Amino acid sequence: MGENVQHLSFLQDNGGKKGILAWITTTDHKRIGLLYFYSLTVFFLMGVVLGILMRLELMNPGKDLVEPQTYNSLFTLHGVIMIFLFVIPGIPAVFGNIALPLLLGARDVAFPKLNLLSWYLYILGALMALSTLLFGNAPDTGWTFYAPYSVRTGTNVTMAVLAAFILGFSSILTGLNFIVTIHRMRAPGMTWFRMPLFSWALYATAWIQLLATPVVGITLLMIAVERMLGIGLFDPSLGGDPILYQHLFWIYSHPAVYIMILPGMGVISEMIPVFARRRIFGYKAIAYSSLAIAFIGYFVWGHHMFTSGMSGPARVIFSLLTFLVAVPSAIKVFNWVATLYGGSIDLKPPLLYALGFIFLFLIGGLTGLVNGALAADVHIHDTYFVVGHFHYVMFGGTGFAFFAALHYWFPKVYGKMYNVKHATRAFWVLFTGFNILYFPMLVVGMMGMPRRYYDYLPQFHIPNLISTFGSWIVVSGLIYMIVVLIQGYRKGTPAGKNPWGGLTLDWQTDSPPITENFVELPIVTEGPYEYK
Amino acid sequence: MNTNNSPSAHVHRDDEAQKMGMWFFLFTELLLFGGLFLVYSIYRFKNPDAFAHGAKELNVVLGAINTIVLLTSSLTAALSITAIQKGQKKLALGLVLFTIFCALIFLVNKYFEWGHKFEIGIYPGSDLLRAIPRGEALFFVLYYFMTGLHAIHVIVGAIILGFMARYIQTGLINSDYYVLLENGALYWHLVDLIWIFLFPLLYLIH
Ligand code: HEM
Repeated sequence: MGENVQHLSFLQDNGGKKGILAWITTTDHKRIGLLYFYSLTVFFLMGVVLGILMRLELMNPGKDLVEPQTYNSLFTLHGVIMIFLFVIPGIPAVFGNIALPLLLGARDVAFPKLNLLSWYLYILGALMALSTLLFGNAPDTGWTFYAPYSVRTGTNVTMAVLAAFILGFSSILTGLNFIVTIHRMRAPGMTWFRMPLFSWALYATAWIQLLATPVVGITLLMIAVERMLGIGLFDPSLGGDPILYQHLFWIYSHPAVYIMILPGMGVISEMIPVFARRRIFGYKAIAYSSLAIAFIGYFVWGHHMFTSGMSGPARVIFSLLTFLVAVPSAIKVFNWVATLYGGSIDLKPPLLYALGFIFLFLIGGLTGLVNGALAADVHIHDTYFVVGHFHYVMFGGTGFAFFAALHYWFPKVYGKMYNVKHATRAFWVLFTGFNILYFPMLVVGMMGMPRRYYDYLPQFHIPNLISTFGSWIVVSGLIYMIVVLIQGYRKGTPAGKNPWGGLTLDWQTDSPPITENFVELPIVTEGPYEYK
Repeated sequence: MNTNNSPSAHVHRDDEAQKMGMWFFLFTELLLFGGLFLVYSIYRFKNPDAFAHGAKELNVVLGAINTIVLLTSSLTAALSITAIQKGQKKLALGLVLFTIFCALIFLVNKYFEWGHKFEIGIYPGSDLLRAIPRGEALFFVLYYFMTGLHAIHVIVGAIILGFMARYIQTGLINSDYYVLLENGALYWHLVDLIWIFLFPLLYLIH
């Protein structure tokens, strides 16, 4: 216990095991976070490749590259990978795991072994989902697996839904772990309202993971059972009700979009005060609005079904609730802007990504309201407007928040700093490409181009051409960013404990942190953003 | 191995957290079955007569026996905790083993029940099921799905209790540290609880 004891960083401390074994049997939350990070990056890039292929096919009207059936499989697997393997686990599994115990002043999460189990389940689910690329026919239902088509198609849907079931289980266990961690492991003196806002966001997210995921789990299981045993739960010709499937699916999957976005918002709330050197404006409003989003988010699922058979009053109520859920999101945006106002802003890459997030999320959120309005939705339902909308929210929102978190905690995790100038440039390439890729989708959707087709009418050509061009810029931006980060990892200058001047506990320990985070558990006496 | 001397190397133990985690997990289990209950109520609402007719086919006696068996097993699971708290290791072990025994009886009963249904041609995908009215077929589909998923939980619960028995034997679970047993018993109560709902829904409502 003496002063002379040297504490190994978590990257070096193999706990007496060798090589890869020291990683795949670790229970250290930071290592597990990195395991998630590496695997998730691989899947994300696979999803991007599928996206690029689709864009290539759509570059010109008519057949350019793939058969129609192949295209159907492309968007299905692209959707499944991006949703179940990237955005849903995304920020909680990677940065929640890495940062939550550090932010709380804890040595680890409440159940470290369970944490590792979640990762194994994630990998198992991922392999099952990807195996459909190789064995049998790749599923062609879209990531939503709508019945009755999903019950009748000859493609390998059973495997895909079972994969989603396993992935859901992994997500539940992560959420459960975080809730208990936040309840039980906060450092002495860290009251609920002294918690960093990222922990609040993770807390709200974890509740959604816990309470919504089982419902989709059982629903997907029903699809699998229906296919395997030939029984009629959803197939109308066998007495089932396909609309019921849609209800059950969206009862989970709408809350799930808040699983995707809330942690992103938490990351942004964490960064804005640091780079503005100001106390966050409206701490409690931001914390409570996370809970409000989580809560209201349960009651809006019907807005995915405005055109598929629902009574008039039900549609009006769902539309109204959809408008309501936008309020807490707007509260956050106003609070972030108010925090920036009058701050001494330091435009480093993490903040750039955060600002990019706010801009893109604003577009995504506002187009969401267009979808939520009953009369408008009847026209734009299932058009490229929707595709544009959800890429703005999921990629522009959660994706950019993910990159923000990556640039923010990179020096903490690896102890080294990447090249800030190049990282900034990579951001601009990505940001520009993003808008060139997706803005035309909003336009062409308004013009009436339907989604999930490998072909389109000639009058949609120009916007599609621009969009495909944008996809190349996005990929260049991604490659640029990855190269900069890898260079930073290999040759970066030592970052020191606190390169950004943050006040939260993660910045008070070494970079990279030691195995159990803190030599002595910190004692907390004030809020997380008390810039003087 | 210098990290081992760090002040943090002591084992972190928090029984409260363990129990909290278990309760949250049980919520998710309830919601899992909740989806099925929802589907059941909607289809029942749509086909009230067919469901009533289907329910007549089920064997109430076997169902009732299984209900009693599970209720008894829940009691013995709970008693085993009291026993271990008082340090009565042998008694606790016996009670856990008895609980597992009840699980087995339940499964054997279930086997006969299902077996009989198969014999008269009521099983998913059978010709008979294709021929009868759709609402009734849905009833049987849900019957198999719900009791099947429940039976899987019985098996998992029995395995968990098996580990508990082993831990009591080795002394890992003792009068000072028994949160594992509490959690195992909690899981078992859940299995019981779900059956308490399944039994009237499937067997009793005509
Ligand atoms: C370079 C990056 C990307 C490109 C080029 C791309 C392209 C596309 C295109 C063209 C479609 C529409 C397919 C159609 O309806 O015919 C699509 C669908 C979709 N994308 Fe992306 N995308 C990219 C990144 C992402 C990311 C990062 C996410 C999520 C975080 C995502 C999630 C989805 C989802 C969920 C669908 C719907 C799939 C379905 O219809 O079932 N995409 N993407």
